[in-house]
Amino acid sequence: MRMLGTAVSLALGVALAAAPAAAQKKYSPGATDTEIKVGNVNPYSGPASAYGAIGKAIGAYFQKINDEGGINGRKINYITLDDGYSPPKAVEQTRRLVEQDNVLLVFQPLGTPSNTAIQKYMNAKKVPQLFVATGATKWGDPKTYPWTMGWQPNYQTEGKIYARYILENKPNARIAVLYQNDDYGKDYLKGFKDGLGAKASLIVAEASYEVTDPTVDSQIVTLKGSGADTFFNITTPKFAAQAIRKVYDIDWKPLHFLNNVSNSVGSVLTPAGLEKAAGLISSYYLKDPTDPQWAKDPGYLEWLAWMKKYNPDGNLNDTFNVYGYTVAQTLVTVLKQCGDDLTRENVMKQAANLKAVTHPMLLPGITIDTGPNDFYPIEQMQLVRFNGKTWEAFGKPIGG
Amino acid sequence: MDMTDRTWRRIGLAALLALACLLPFLVSSYRTFQLTSALSYAIALLGLNILTGYNGQISLGHGAFYAIGAYVAAILMDRFGVPYWATLPAAGAVCLVIGFLFGLPALRLEGLYLALATFALALATPQILKYKLLEDWTGGVQGIVILKPDPPFGLPLDQDQWLYFFTLVVAIVMFWLGRNLLAGRIGRALVAIRDHPIAAETMGVDTAFYKATTFGVSALYTGVAGALGAIVIQFVAPDSFTLFLSITLLVGIVVGGLASISGALWGALFIQFVPNVADHISKAAPWAIYGLFLIAFMYLMPTGIAGFLRTLAARLTRRPSRR
Repeated sequence: MRMLGTAVSLALGVALAAAPAAAQKKYSPGATDTEIKVGNVNPYSGPASAYGAIGKAIGAYFQKINDEGGINGRKINYITLDDGYSPPKAVEQTRRLVEQDNVLLVFQPLGTPSNTAIQKYMNAKKVPQLFVATGATKWGDPKTYPWTMGWQPNYQTEGKIYARYILENKPNARIAVLYQNDDYGKDYLKGFKDGLGAKASLIVAEASYEVTDPTVDSQIVTLKGSGADTFFNITTPKFAAQAIRKVYDIDWKPLHFLNNVSNSVGSVLTPAGLEKAAGLISSYYLKDPTDPQWAKDPGYLEWLAWMKKYNPDGNLNDTFNVYGYTVAQTLVTVLKQCGDDLTRENVMKQAANLKAVTHPMLLPGITIDTGPNDFYPIEQMQLVRFNGKTWEAFGKPIGG
Repeated sequence: MDMTDRTWRRIGLAALLALACLLPFLVSSYRTFQLTSALSYAIALLGLNILTGYNGQISLGHGAFYAIGAYVAAILMDRFGVPYWATLPAAGAVCLVIGFLFGLPALRLEGLYLALATFALALATPQILKYKLLEDWTGGVQGIVILKPDPPFGLPLDQDQWLYFFTLVVAIVMFWLGRNLLAGRIGRALVAIRDHPIAAETMGVDTAFYKATTFGVSALYTGVAGALGAIVIQFVAPDSFTLFLSITLLVGIVVGGLASISGALWGALFIQFVPNVADHISKAAPWAIYGLFLIAFMYLMPTGIAGFLRTLAARLTRRPSRR
């Protein structure tokens, strides 16, 4: 009898001692007292393997966090797999992450096709598909896909920003548009037209090119012939450099907007010719590591120190290393905010509860904000004008 | 001796089949899914092997037929609400016709020239899929998302297991048909055309007809595989069917074993699993590791995995008879 009494009180004691802890700590698969498993899919091989730098940079940033003690005492176990930019492979690797490696979430899967391929699966499994690496506009749809969230400003937002600027500063513009004939180009164009709204008729000429075309010279000549005085240049780096040079060479002097995709000083403007690029308008949300104006910026120096220590093989001119660093910081913010409730539900809840978050390599004034109905973390961009040497910010960061 | 050989082969086949039926209950659904996609690759490899291994026509463009099969299935399911199983014959038929038609002019091209012509086909396919006029059907760059089928008749299987068995049955039927085709008169004609086209013609083989038909049949196999692949992945997009897919298929038949039916199976396992192993070994240069694997396989097994196993079996059976 006494034995039973002791046993009962012991059991009670254990239950009582365990109760508050159990109430505080909640875990989904992939999270424990010591570890948080984060999955990632990136193209380390194949035609898009340049993007692999992002996956590596993310891992290098998590290494730094782990060396500093982890997140609330838990180390990040980062499992990143190669999909070669192939959607079927992305499905396979994602299933491995979820079903075999039991990750808490899949972070930054890269590419619009790969993310489209896994979106239904992730939402059926109720596993976060968090901060996807694509600029397409369809990732912020919490009603249909509550487990999917984008991160970077999407193409439509950027298009709208330029449209807003034109409506405010050059309401009688005659606009010519050159765009790449695919989802990326059309997404920009749609945002731009939506932004112009009733004044979409300001667009007097549109020309497109295929990614396989050797040059866009003839398109530029045609667009000039339309008599346009404003030019929206929606092209990827190689074509952007060609367009900038051709516009200058045929003496067309439009107000020239260049999309963010191609505004790297090092890899686009320098080959095009810096003097030919003077006067271009573009927009930024991250600091360009090749831009000398940041040489003494504390955020840049912090990034540089991290690059040297944790990502020594990484290219210091490569914006992907800035991108990976910054998006990894956003995830760390979310995981910190989760506290000891590391359930998948809470990860999404906290991801949708970011208020005025800033990071060292985000441009001054750009913040990350989300809400239960706002799955677009970065929605502002800073307009910049090229002075022949660097991009100069003008005005405040604006949203679409 | 002949009797026992045959019996052994039957026992082997039965054991393989039993294992194939048990596997989805032994491994996770993720592995089941991988095996399902390996099975669909195996069908495509058999198709390519009929063309390249048996008939000696090199194709660098079979990814295109895989894509066409996948898109036929996806469009029929997405646009017309056709049940998934009914899309396979359609995908096969479309590819048979296209393959035959492509085979006709390609007849004038021998060896490397044919390889180049098919290479062009593989290059063009992803772009044609994005073409404006087809966009309403193909979904352009965005591709088409399709639903995963549920097991019918209230079978106590999950979706992955059901798809596995469905694919397994299709694969068995296709392999059985392929074996019957290749083991008989037609198979001998194909090999004769490969080894000595002039002699074959002298013996009364209609070379032109056989070659074009082989192209069509080969495309049919690959198209059915593509349709299965689309159903398993639940998504098609131009980026799924790049040139690399065609090359992967060619790697599969060479590693598995040219002119060998079982080689298709080994090759499929290779192209399904070895890239994952390579990725596991090195993130910095997965393709270099993959290349090393390829070189090692070709060096150790110059006649492919199937050829290697055949030699091994021959040695093992010779030994006891000597005693």
